[in-house]
Amino acid sequence: MNGWSELDRFLRTDPRDVGCAEAMEMLHIYAELTAAGAPAEQRYPGIAAHLAACGPCGEDFEGLLAALRDEAS
Amino acid sequence: MVKEHGTVRPASAAPAELDAESAEWVRALAGTGARREAAVVRLHEMLLRIAHAEVRRRGPRLRITGPELDDLAHQAAADALLAITGKLAQFRGESRFTTWAYKFVIFDVSAKIGRHFWRNPAVPLDAEDWDRLPGHFGFDPAHQAEWRDLLAALRRAVDSELTARQRAVFVAIVVNEVPLDALVIELASNRNAIYKTLFDARRKLRAALAANGYLDTSGSS
Repeated sequence: MNGWSELDRFLRTDPRDVGCAEAMEMLHIYAELTAAGAPAEQRYPGIAAHLAACGPCGEDFEGLLAALRDEAS
Repeated sequence: MVKEHGTVRPASAAPAELDAESAEWVRALAGTGARREAAVVRLHEMLLRIAHAEVRRRGPRLRITGPELDDLAHQAAADALLAITGKLAQFRGESRFTTWAYKFVIFDVSAKIGRHFWRNPAVPLDAEDWDRLPGHFGFDPAHQAEWRDLLAALRRAVDSELTARQRAVFVAIVVNEVPLDALVIELASNRNAIYKTLFDARRKLRAALAANGYLDTSGSS
């Protein structure tokens, strides 16, 4: 990915983005659905949009998902 | 749409029926005596295991090493335990109890990493080195002639389109690469408010660049 597309990707905002507060409130539900292989991003598109754009919330999601997968393995 | 002070939408109107394991956790932690103490010890062990795994997962990208990471994991587990036992009544059974509990310790690890950033920040908050920006976005120095005008337009838009708060947040996070959770602490704010400020700044900057023909106008705002 070159600089133009990376800058464009960063500046684009998704109107479905629910923000950190709602994503953090729902993160355990979203992560559990994801870990179970359910289409969490279809059920909660606003959270999916947020996790794709917000580094800290995306990192928390990856951490929680890793914990669930580690537990299941 | 990102809301700064919006109410959080509940996942469901009524508490879900708890699975047997979650119900046992809630009964034990809400109880008293030796049964509760045993549950607290077990929960703390689980939280500590998750915290250690999480700091190990994030460790390679942090400027924090062995003993400090270990200390951070212990602090996160202890704080998460307090939060979980204090908010037990808020557990609605929308996930397993342990998933809900793990969320607390993951959040605590994030917060503590953000706090740790200011012990030895890579750049001071008031730095403003725009020469670093091309590298952040992966612009090829060999093709500077192609992107110089774009980044000059971006900088003009940062100065002309953003509020003082939006500019400060954009410069800190994008130009100075201060982690968002670290900026939250420095500005005595919260993650949602800082994200919303940056979200609005991104939207304004893209609109300005698109209006001036630097980026296309298709897709989302």
